[in-house]
Amino acid sequence: MNRLAIVSEESGAEALARDARRERRRALALALPALLLVGLVALLPTGWLFWLSVIEGEKLSAAHYLRLVEEESYRRIFWTTFEIAAVVTVLAALLGYPLAYWLSRLPERWANFGLVLVLVPFWTSLLVRTYAWLVLLQRRGLVNQGLQGLGLIDEPLRLVHNWTGTVIGMLHILLPFLVLPVYASLRAIDPACLAAAASLGASPVRAFWTVFFPLSLPGLLAGCLLVFVLALGFYVTPAILGGGRVLMVAMKVQENAGLYLDWGAASALAVLLLLATLALFALLARLVPLERLLLGRS
Amino acid sequence: MDRRAPVGIRFEAVSKHYGGVRALDRVSLEVEPGEFLTLLGPSGSGKTTLLMVLAGFSRPTSGRVLVGGEDVTRTPPHRRDFGVVFQSYALFPHMTVAQNVGYPLRMRNRPRAEIARKVADALALVRLEGLGDRRPDQLSGGQKQRVALARAIVFEPRVLLMDEPLSALDKKLREAMQIEIRRLHERLGITTIYVTHDQREALTLSDRVAVIDGGRIRQLDPPRLLYEEPRSRFVAEFVGESTILPVERRDGALFCAGRPLRTARPLPPGDALHLVLRPERLRLEPDPPADPSNTLAGALEDLVFQGESLLAEVRLDTGALLAVRLPAGGADPPGALSRGGRVWVRFSPEDAVLVAEEP
Repeated sequence: MNRLAIVSEESGAEALARDARRERRRALALALPALLLVGLVALLPTGWLFWLSVIEGEKLSAAHYLRLVEEESYRRIFWTTFEIAAVVTVLAALLGYPLAYWLSRLPERWANFGLVLVLVPFWTSLLVRTYAWLVLLQRRGLVNQGLQGLGLIDEPLRLVHNWTGTVIGMLHILLPFLVLPVYASLRAIDPACLAAAASLGASPVRAFWTVFFPLSLPGLLAGCLLVFVLALGFYVTPAILGGGRVLMVAMKVQENAGLYLDWGAASALAVLLLLATLALFALLARLVPLERLLLGRS
Repeated sequence: MDRRAPVGIRFEAVSKHYGGVRALDRVSLEVEPGEFLTLLGPSGSGKTTLLMVLAGFSRPTSGRVLVGGEDVTRTPPHRRDFGVVFQSYALFPHMTVAQNVGYPLRMRNRPRAEIARKVADALALVRLEGLGDRRPDQLSGGQKQRVALARAIVFEPRVLLMDEPLSALDKKLREAMQIEIRRLHERLGITTIYVTHDQREALTLSDRVAVIDGGRIRQLDPPRLLYEEPRSRFVAEFVGESTILPVERRDGALFCAGRPLRTARPLPPGDALHLVLRPERLRLEPDPPADPSNTLAGALEDLVFQGESLLAEVRLDTGALLAVRLPAGGADPPGALSRGGRVWVRFSPEDAVLVAEEP
């Protein structure tokens, strides 16, 4: 009787393990279309890009990369790209954090309404929004006319077709990407933690800096990373609002590939941008665990 | 730890309205210096609101709160110098245990050496020596609770407030922590206000218990008095097990289920009276009594073994169900007691507690 029980127990375990394997295979099968798509649409072209960037006239060569380093114009483009991305990120954090903070303090119904307002721009085409900024910011645009009408300025401000216009447009488009993760991380903070800090003798300002802000940091970093990385690859907005005076990497890639049909140069630029982005990501991931960074969890 | 003289607390007609709801309705309460007072009540009774008003997290709509004779009604929480233990512990997840416990001292800008010494003392007091470097998420529920407690007492607050601190722990741990909290209170002598919905916990811990319902204090008494002399049907039902039966009054005499009732207890005012019977104060008899007073007749419906005792359920002739607790050790219950059999319940005049119908 005892022995029989043991035997059947083992065969039961085998059957269960078989079921578990089958379950895993089924899950994999379900994920397969997406995996193939990512492989075909993302990994393969990236590999192809990389390959294009290291051949010159059917031979392996570092010429494309050397040019990026040697030519001053390329260095300037990279500098401009990172500078604009950094400025946009800092401004987005300065504007977005207080907004997310205010929303997180509202009753849930109002907070959700506010979030919808934050998200509305997402449902409008990026191109439309960029042209809308052009209309608002140009010499005879709403902003300049309004300021002149109020007597605040005599001459119209140069708000567009330059660095300023590019930053304003990108900031507007990227702000929701900062607000959402920050909001999520602020909402996740146990309100009792703040009450505890107060009861333990922390003034509201000290409670904010010693408890609330550190707990919101993963969300803030996640939002900043998202904004920075997206800003690095911007094309349409600087092209329209920069008026040809602001040249970012993505625009140069387009120029090289579309205008000069120099795929090698375009690929090298793209690969360098990708590597810089990944390096940045790796650096941040060392500071904050990856899942917190991606999900903004504290 | 050097001790500070304990302070008393006074609530003067404190009300708190949320819209049209009266969470607190003119509560007046005096807490003695060094006392352990529990606010006991069902959820939504206002007990937590009262604690939040005392802690300063919530402003009363009217009334005053005095601590050590000083009006603190409008003092912000960080200037009240109260230790608070929260239901969710509210440990800071980005700090180690030692940093959590040292937090109130850092907020008071104490020197480093003093912080280190006091943190070590407080951790020793709650038996968490050597865990200072852990993060809160590496601790068990009971350990988190102790850290929260250490953090709330390390700065020698004037008052210690606890909001259902044990409700997330399992029964065994909860009982062990109750004893530790008692021991800690005896040692530190801090005036302590404790909120719970668990009547047994309230009886175990407190010098006095305030039973709260509908935003008002229904009864404020030491545990024993609260249990033995409930002054209302609500308190009798909420504190301890009880069966409540209607009482008739005819020509100055009392009757329960048609049988005469004698009581050694004071008679409450009012006409609509109820008899409160505690299951462990009742005796079960297989034969009809010679004297019918202070007895009830019925059928034994169920007899359940519960470890330290037997629970008998008697269906009275009036249709009401009565619980009787019999000692389980030693001799078996009287042999004639069998399910469905006829039984008589007897109680002494001392155990016949009468309460008035709720106003």
